[in-house]
Amino acid sequence: MTANGWIQIGFYLAVLVALTPLLGRYMARVYTGERVVLTPLLAPAERFFYRAIGTRAESGQDWRSYARSVLVFSALSWLLLYLILRTQGIQPLNPQGFGSAPWDVAFNATSSFVSNTNWQFYGGETTMSYFSQMVGLAVQNFLSAAVGMAVLIAVIRGIVSRGSHDLGNFWVDLTRSLLYVLLPISILGALFLVSQGVVQTLDGYLDVSTLAGGRQGIALGPAASQIAIKQLGTNGGGFFNVNSSMPFENPTALSNFVEVVFILLIPAALTATFGKMVGSARQGWAIFVTMLVLLLVGIGVSYAGEQAGSPAQDAAGITASADGAGSTGGNLEGKEQRFGIASSTEWAAITTAASNGSVNSSLDSYTGVGGVVPLINMLTGEVIFGGVGSGLYGMLLFVLLAVFIAGLMVGRTPEYLGKKIEAKEIKLVMIGTLVVPLLVLVLTAVAISTKWGAVSIFNAGPQGFSETLYAYGSQGNNNGSAFAGYTGFVQPNAPGNAGSFGITFADLLGGFAMLIGRFVPLLAALAVAGSLAGKRIAPAGPGTLRTDNGTFVLLLIFVIVVVAALTFFPALLLGPIGQGLTERLF
Amino acid sequence: MNEAAAPTTALGRSMVFAAAGASLRKLDPRVQVRNPVMFVVEVGAVVTTVAWLVQLFGGAPLGGGDEPAWFSFTVAFWLWLTVVFGNVAEALAEGRGKAQADSLRSARTEAVAHLLDGTELPASELKPGDVVVVEAGEGIPGDGTVIEGIASVDESAITGESAPVIRESGGDRSAVTGGTRVLSDRIVVEITQEPGASFLDRMIALVEGAARRKTPNEIALNILLAGLTLIFLAVVVTLRPFAEFADTDASIVTLVALLVALIPTTIGALLSAIGIAGMDRLVRRNVLALSGRAVEASGDIDVLLLDKTGTITLGNRQAAAFLPLRGVPEQELADAAQLASLTDETPEGRSIVVLAKEQHGIRERELAAPHATFVPFTAETRMSGVDIGGRRLRKGAGDAVRAWVEAEGGRAPAELDARLEEVSREGGTPLAVARDSQMLGVVHLKDVVKEGMRERFDQLRSMGIRTVMVTGDNRLTAAKIAAEAGVDDFLAEATPEAKLGLIRDQQAEGRLVAMTGDGTNDAPALAQADVGVAMNTGTQAAREAGNMVDLDSNPTKLIEIVEVGKQLLITRGALTTFSIANDVAKYFAILPAIFAATYALGAGGDMGDSFTSGPLDKLNLMNLGTPESAIISAIIFNALVIPMLVPLALRGVRYRPIGAAAMLRRNLLIYGLGGLVAPFLGIKLIDLVVHGVFGA
Repeated sequence: MTANGWIQIGFYLAVLVALTPLLGRYMARVYTGERVVLTPLLAPAERFFYRAIGTRAESGQDWRSYARSVLVFSALSWLLLYLILRTQGIQPLNPQGFGSAPWDVAFNATSSFVSNTNWQFYGGETTMSYFSQMVGLAVQNFLSAAVGMAVLIAVIRGIVSRGSHDLGNFWVDLTRSLLYVLLPISILGALFLVSQGVVQTLDGYLDVSTLAGGRQGIALGPAASQIAIKQLGTNGGGFFNVNSSMPFENPTALSNFVEVVFILLIPAALTATFGKMVGSARQGWAIFVTMLVLLLVGIGVSYAGEQAGSPAQDAAGITASADGAGSTGGNLEGKEQRFGIASSTEWAAITTAASNGSVNSSLDSYTGVGGVVPLINMLTGEVIFGGVGSGLYGMLLFVLLAVFIAGLMVGRTPEYLGKKIEAKEIKLVMIGTLVVPLLVLVLTAVAISTKWGAVSIFNAGPQGFSETLYAYGSQGNNNGSAFAGYTGFVQPNAPGNAGSFGITFADLLGGFAMLIGRFVPLLAALAVAGSLAGKRIAPAGPGTLRTDNGTFVLLLIFVIVVVAALTFFPALLLGPIGQGLTERLF
Repeated sequence: MNEAAAPTTALGRSMVFAAAGASLRKLDPRVQVRNPVMFVVEVGAVVTTVAWLVQLFGGAPLGGGDEPAWFSFTVAFWLWLTVVFGNVAEALAEGRGKAQADSLRSARTEAVAHLLDGTELPASELKPGDVVVVEAGEGIPGDGTVIEGIASVDESAITGESAPVIRESGGDRSAVTGGTRVLSDRIVVEITQEPGASFLDRMIALVEGAARRKTPNEIALNILLAGLTLIFLAVVVTLRPFAEFADTDASIVTLVALLVALIPTTIGALLSAIGIAGMDRLVRRNVLALSGRAVEASGDIDVLLLDKTGTITLGNRQAAAFLPLRGVPEQELADAAQLASLTDETPEGRSIVVLAKEQHGIRERELAAPHATFVPFTAETRMSGVDIGGRRLRKGAGDAVRAWVEAEGGRAPAELDARLEEVSREGGTPLAVARDSQMLGVVHLKDVVKEGMRERFDQLRSMGIRTVMVTGDNRLTAAKIAAEAGVDDFLAEATPEAKLGLIRDQQAEGRLVAMTGDGTNDAPALAQADVGVAMNTGTQAAREAGNMVDLDSNPTKLIEIVEVGKQLLITRGALTTFSIANDVAKYFAILPAIFAATYALGAGGDMGDSFTSGPLDKLNLMNLGTPESAIISAIIFNALVIPMLVPLALRGVRYRPIGAAAMLRRNLLIYGLGGLVAPFLGIKLIDLVVHGVFGA
């Protein structure tokens, strides 16, 4: 590990901490309908939207009504995207003449983008037309992110509500997320990326003669506009197959920095939005610090693990130590030399902590110890910053769990921000926090023990196990990154994707995991908010458990780690930990 | 009951034997299914027993693996023991109540009730509204209100207090309880209970735990435990295909052992015992909680309403001086005050009569009814007096008497206010005395604050509980006493409506309110309060309205009730944390045992006696002897920790009023960190015996 590496990571964190309250307070103003700097510009468009869909900004919804709106909107989004992907062959903006994706792959990809997962069994430049990318996928990048943010805001309203059942209006929250937050930042981001050399064109792929004498197609496309939002909306689905390790997606050190800032920008800022809306910035910072500590541990372990290499590499004499001649040593397999170990592991930890899933290195090539971090980050339920909106509402479920256990230990019926946590909330919290781990375990077991699942697994031994666990951990938790060996779509290298086919079992199982993983915790969080909304707020006193100090942060970390560790320790043992401890090659 | 309560030093020998018997009866799956955690353990015990039997008759270990039959037997044996230990804990908690219930039951007389119309009826067939006559020496056949007569009653059967108490019609001492005994005189009682639902019946059901329903927090915790059990079930079930992918055998017995070690058996086994023991601790303090919900709520109390008189101050205020208005001879004031107080049986009234005699030599007089009409004190008028020989005498609260004088056509001189204020400023209670339309003067009643009250209130404050003193006194008097006693706030000139209003206001702000009361006019407030403790000496209405009854009728008991409520929650939280933290060590014991040979260099070997083959063996941090001894040690620890924690569950984790933050840190350190470390040591120790001594 180098000083340079740590300085990069330290600088990144400083920027993140500085931006969090700025953007957080801005978003709080946006969602409470206060005037912000963009209001004069966007208010007419906002009003136009409301008229067009026939809603009124003031009319609130209770949690059931809010949830219905979310589900209806997501279902329509799903149908739209599925139709686009299935009719790609007859659509414009398809210079390479790609055919439509098979039904099973389309099912997986559609569920993936609507659930803000962006798991990709396909390779962007070998499967998707520009039309599908722009009108289909990029649009869902915006919409699914906005849905997550809207739901979070509704959950916060439930927590602060004084007996009213009104959680706000979904259509208003959705519109404001898009207009005031996602679009403006994405536009700025896209312009910046273009300035750094990210491609943005509707021309077809270049056909060039290489120095070696052969001919090669070089993929192009309207990438910059999609990359900004895939980072910002914790979507993560790359325009190109190798995501942000491709120079056209992530050309410079500066673009790398901005892209990785974009990953955590909104999830981090939303903690400040939360603090502002509940009337105590400290409450927001407590959650921010909890997330930050968990993230830092992840970055540290991953960085150290990659720098040390694996026992097997060691036994084979591959691991070089830093030699002072420019090589950092460590495990460089699957890493862009432009980024090196520090920047790669930092990105890997951040992209999996947030449910982003974009990568600038190949996670499949990580060592056991380095690779366990991305896995654990996802398996903790995507609450270490997590997805935009979804990360914080998931974290709030863990907060309630921690409050319940700790509250008992101070001798009071547990309460959070004055609201009593009773049987109904605990039931919903258990559903919201345990359904996904349960799902991940069961689907991994099914995939690994049946002949239909076996065809997707590339490697044997712990690596093959990790690939499978990672695939369902990533899809179930709506992350989208992958240990690349796991396949759901076979594409021969033929023009227009001729002869390609999906592996139905993996496509369906994964699509199912993503939809459950998205909507069950979402509905549980909304239901908790609905239940809390009707409760009185008990004033805090000296006997009240404080949720904004160091003790509580430690407790929250303990609860998150213990729940994940107890659930996945055996699986991790057989996957990355086992691999990290053995010299045997698989 | 006191005999039963006092010397039961936790676990007497006979009680343990009785509990052992009960614990075997509780193995019935229909009983166990109510507790999902322990039900899973019992199912696991059955499965491992079957696995052992199969092996005993020459079959292979179920689900692969090559463990010997004695291993399966040992696991099965300890799983059964785990269930039994859980049952013993519950039976012990119930057993302590049973002894009390038996002594209560002997008091439940199968007496014959003499109805007022002369017919006789078995006591068990009495209905509300029946009117019965009880003579000296007879048992009272049912709960009711005295509507005629006065009698001394022996209530030792329920209160444990041997001195007889007075029960009379009217006023706040009119309630009688079925099963108690009239010692002298004769009373007429109107029955208020439904058949079979008497106070005594409820009390028996309560101490036996029969009527115990799960409290809201207990239900929430049960959901949490069921959720954890479910996820661990998934962990263990999916571990089998995972292990197969890694070419490792994991037998059914091993997996069941892992499951039982992971699910929160410690808290699962002790949860109901904690609840029963909590109720029992209240009963020992002579408090009957009529609902478990109230016990839990008492831990959450934010505001405590305390009656000044009898709680904060010594019950009897003493008349200290007569302060006549200008132009009124002191003798005349003393005479009027004494006359107005002659029928006033309160200590205050008596003290006025005594003071008049001592200072002015005015003798008590017998007032014959024809000449005198007595006006009794009511909470509404807040004055009392007598009409005699054409004169109308009144004494009472300053503003009440002033209003009366003005209604009589007189007017109160400004000097009265000065006098009233003077007394109040000194912390006394002024009583105004008037004759017809003339204001005569003021009697100074002195209040004495009980010793040690300030410390008590400081303690409550550090628990996060605000104390509000409720008094009929005027603001000045109330303020003076409130300051002297150290309460946070006070409600002066309190009427029953004002009291009810105060409770509602506090509740609207989200606070939980507790209060004590005894009179019928307290009933609405008792019912409104989240925790209403009725004094056993109080009226039937008060006892029905409250959700707890204090048999000692001691208003400061509330502080102890709050402590019991908090202890209950803390004990649950502490044992839950302990139980979950334990899992880490159990993983480190069992998983290396299962996967010792997995991913070994060369061929994937199987689980043999050599415990040192694969990479995951490095996680055998405790350096346990063999895979078998590791698993058995974890299971034994898991079982033994239950009886070891039974005393803690029954006694409750100690509550200290040190503030929430300090308490959380303390309990996290003891039960969180302790729960993490203890099993590492415990399992290692057990393994030393199991492996070292028995050679497993």
